[in-house]
Amino acid sequence: MKALAFALRSFSRELRSGEVLVLLVAVGLAVAALTAVGFLTDRIGKAVARQANEVLAADLRLRSQVPVPEEWRDLAREYNLETADTLSFPSVVFKNDDSALATIKIVSDGYPLRGKVRIADTLFGEQRAVDGIPASGEVWADGSLLARVGADVGDTLAVGELNLRVTAILTYRPDQSIGFASLAPSLIMNIADASQSGLIGEGSRVAYALLVAGDEAAVTDFNDAIQDILPDEIRVRSQEESSERAYNAADRAQRFLSLTAVISLLLSAVAVAMSARRFAHRRMDTVALMKSLGATQGFVISVALVQLLLLGVLGVVAGSVVGFAAEELLSRILIDLLQQGELPGVGLRPVILACSSAMVLLLGFALPSLIQLRNTPPLRILRHDVMPPPPSRIFVAGLSLAAVAALLYRSVGDPVMLLILIGGIIVIAGLLYLLGRLMVAVIGRARSGVGVAWRYGLANVARRGRDSAVQVVAFGLGITVLLLLTLVRTDLLEGWRSTLEDDAPNHFLINIQPHELDSVGKLFELSEIEAPVFTPMVRARMVSINDESVKDREYPNEDGKWLANREANLSWTEAMSSSNELLEGAWWPAGYRGPPLASIESEAAANAGFSIGDRLKFVIAGREVEAEISSIRKINWDSFQPNFFIVLSPGALDGMPTTYISSLRIAAEKQPMLIDLMRAHPSVSVIDLGAILEQVRGIIEKASLAVQAVFMFTLAAGIAVLFAAVQSTIDERRFESAMLRALGAKRRTVFAGVMAEFAALGTAAGVLASAGASVLAYLVATRMFDLAYSFSPMLWLAGVSGGVLVVCVSGYFAARSAVNSRPADVLREVNT
Amino acid sequence: MSNQSSEAISVLEAYKLSKQVSSPEGTLTILSDVSFTIAAGESVAVVGPSGAGKSTLLALLAGLDLPSTGHVVLNGSNLSRLDEDGRAVLRAESVGFVFQSFHLVPSLNALENVMLPLELAGQSNARAAALEIIEKVGLGERWSHYPAQLSGGEKQRVAIARAFATEPAVLFADEPTGNLDSRTGATIMQLMFKLNRESSTTLVLVTHDQALAARCDRILSLDVGKLVSDTRAAV
Repeated sequence: MKALAFALRSFSRELRSGEVLVLLVAVGLAVAALTAVGFLTDRIGKAVARQANEVLAADLRLRSQVPVPEEWRDLAREYNLETADTLSFPSVVFKNDDSALATIKIVSDGYPLRGKVRIADTLFGEQRAVDGIPASGEVWADGSLLARVGADVGDTLAVGELNLRVTAILTYRPDQSIGFASLAPSLIMNIADASQSGLIGEGSRVAYALLVAGDEAAVTDFNDAIQDILPDEIRVRSQEESSERAYNAADRAQRFLSLTAVISLLLSAVAVAMSARRFAHRRMDTVALMKSLGATQGFVISVALVQLLLLGVLGVVAGSVVGFAAEELLSRILIDLLQQGELPGVGLRPVILACSSAMVLLLGFALPSLIQLRNTPPLRILRHDVMPPPPSRIFVAGLSLAAVAALLYRSVGDPVMLLILIGGIIVIAGLLYLLGRLMVAVIGRARSGVGVAWRYGLANVARRGRDSAVQVVAFGLGITVLLLLTLVRTDLLEGWRSTLEDDAPNHFLINIQPHELDSVGKLFELSEIEAPVFTPMVRARMVSINDESVKDREYPNEDGKWLANREANLSWTEAMSSSNELLEGAWWPAGYRGPPLASIESEAAANAGFSIGDRLKFVIAGREVEAEISSIRKINWDSFQPNFFIVLSPGALDGMPTTYISSLRIAAEKQPMLIDLMRAHPSVSVIDLGAILEQVRGIIEKASLAVQAVFMFTLAAGIAVLFAAVQSTIDERRFESAMLRALGAKRRTVFAGVMAEFAALGTAAGVLASAGASVLAYLVATRMFDLAYSFSPMLWLAGVSGGVLVVCVSGYFAARSAVNSRPADVLREVNT
Repeated sequence: MSNQSSEAISVLEAYKLSKQVSSPEGTLTILSDVSFTIAAGESVAVVGPSGAGKSTLLALLAGLDLPSTGHVVLNGSNLSRLDEDGRAVLRAESVGFVFQSFHLVPSLNALENVMLPLELAGQSNARAAALEIIEKVGLGERWSHYPAQLSGGEKQRVAIARAFATEPAVLFADEPTGNLDSRTGATIMQLMFKLNRESSTTLVLVTHDQALAARCDRILSLDVGKLVSDTRAAV
């Protein structure tokens, strides 16, 4: 109680001292960065999930080969969920004598529940998002469908037994990419017209779907509730399976943000440790006094703990407010990018997390100093040179590493990555310390040939020995992480973007017959578009695995069962696609014509429980083909190259009914050539990937914006470290400069000396930070983000010049008051 | 109070005190074989040239440090038998300090500085008691000022008020006038002796100032770590 009263009483005045302020700022920055990042990743995660849900046009899709019974609709309503119905099937659409195969999408009011349909008034005209669906008697049709039958907006199309008027060009519907490999251009019509169309009846291949959307928790509850009672013919699809690409991008965005937050946190940790050290040093005299007046060790540590806790609380509050405000601002900007009305809300979880992290930070990095403070001998009151024994190095290192690991584990997740980061930091800190000691020794000898200011400055570096080395470590670590983050932000972000370069394919051509390859190729040649690469595709059905029927076999999960039982698209190729990476087994040798071999995509293999050596038997147009799995590979879905879960060796599918697909980039101004293509080759389907690409780009754009915003916190944390480092010697500096000026040195001379010292420290720190950042960035890029990394000489220039500049500038501001103090004041202050 | 004989109740007893410290040049003896007894209410000056071991002796007597050999009995307790916290509690109960460089807590005002030892000793009416003593040292008007707002003499008055606040059995003063001009120093010493008489505290005063030492009942002279003379003032 006494301790609490004393701590509270002196706290308000303590707040005005420099080291307490730095401590407060460090904690505040850590909390702000973590809160902002926590909120952002939470929100972006949810926003991306929603974007992914767009692909379903819902949060959940129940699909069936027969109409979805009313009971499921009722159940969804019981959970307060919105519903809509869709029916899709292929059918031929006529305009006079011209006809074309279309995917008819019949929709009810409310469709789509997620995302928006976009339409245009003319072919390749300006598109706009719409609410609502075509009125009864009207349709919206894909431009390529209209091109094929020579129709335009305002014309009438015969769909089944109905004549429906085209009122708009359909440019985008959220769920268009589902199963696109079998897709003909779409036409959307109102469910009110369904029964009169005569298209739905016995034998028609209609896929029914019930779309469900609503509050996240309710959707989850509903999904859980129906899992066990859903009949076999109804299959549920939720967001996780719906968009690999969007998830990849979102996952990376979150990793980037987490990395940024982690680095802010590490910087704050360094600042906390340094200012806590000074916090303790400044209080040693008071503690010695209090002990001489009869205060026990318990009292001393209680006072320090209470004050530290108060600081923590203040830092947390200030940091949360700043973090929350920053996040609010950012998410406002992001709304435009997301093209969503509002961002999903988030809970208080990030705040709680940030606060607990701040407390771990304080305890892990400030506790050793407090323990040292507690051991201050009361004798110090008479003999100022008496210091408490420093806390054991193993204890300090153990405690701070444990704190760092605890803080990082959640953000990094991956233990290997965690070890790399922590190991990297330890190695760099050790090297910096050695370099610092080395430099101190060299400088001690080099100072005879320089002017008085430099001699004073360099002598200071040499005299402070261990302290100078510690400062090199602090500066060096600060610069290392700042450089690392800059690299991550620019190099890595660029590298990541380049996986989605402007020449990424934006169209898929599918269903090209073998005899059409030449003439399709020629059309592109005429339009001066790079010749497309055609990939063969054969539709097959898997019948057995190692002679066991696919129907009887047990699968690790539902997706695997579905994969084995559905109609599969196979391909064959000589060489592995550049967008694939071999994980297990070996690719077939060039010119291989032996017994059929198969290569399986890794996730599909895991879901279906396939491994190397398994024999898969397919039936293709009545003929059987058996292939042995010889390799498992990973597919980079971001590439937008045609990719197949199952690829066979050359010759395996010879003589089977084959069509070809291709992906290619067609610039906007050349897109009208697609009308010629579709007219000349009505069976070829053209799929516009522009919308999907736009989605992915949007995610990347907003992710980089968020990363840059959070980078600001990191920058501030880095500067806090530099300030803490300068602050740690400020009393000494004040006294020394007062002494020097009392002895007749000009203020300028004293200042130049201080600057010389900082310049020397900055150079040493910059050199080592550049080296450290290069290595760390390489590891982070290759291990964490799967990106190639190239070493840059600019980094060294930036590191060293930045080191000198930043250290000198922060040194200038931090040491200014010391140099400018009136000598008489400083010398008098010694006695309080 | 100067008529106490050596048979009177002793409040402070030094028994064969020595203190060695290790230095780069080898072991350094700062005090060797110092013994004496101080009776309750006595005022004792410890004098000697710089480096004689005066401050070390003071530190050992007050339990701020422990001797290499020998022991100190303060108010009946053998300091060597107590741990650091035990010595702290003993100080809180029976010791007051006045230092050359004042040593006020800069973040507390004058009143709070005086309250500090009272609170540490667990006194309930700390504020009232502190106000009373602060009035006595002549700072009644300035109790709310912080150390930085006070002159050297005023700071030392606060320090004296703080030292006497707990009515300690022994008051240790380490060069209390060392940082003050001679006039202020004289006033401060007058105040200190006055309070000392009023509260019949035992005073142990380390000083260079022969005139000041002469005002004490007894003078202990140290030289190179040894007690060279123990003189009592004429009755």
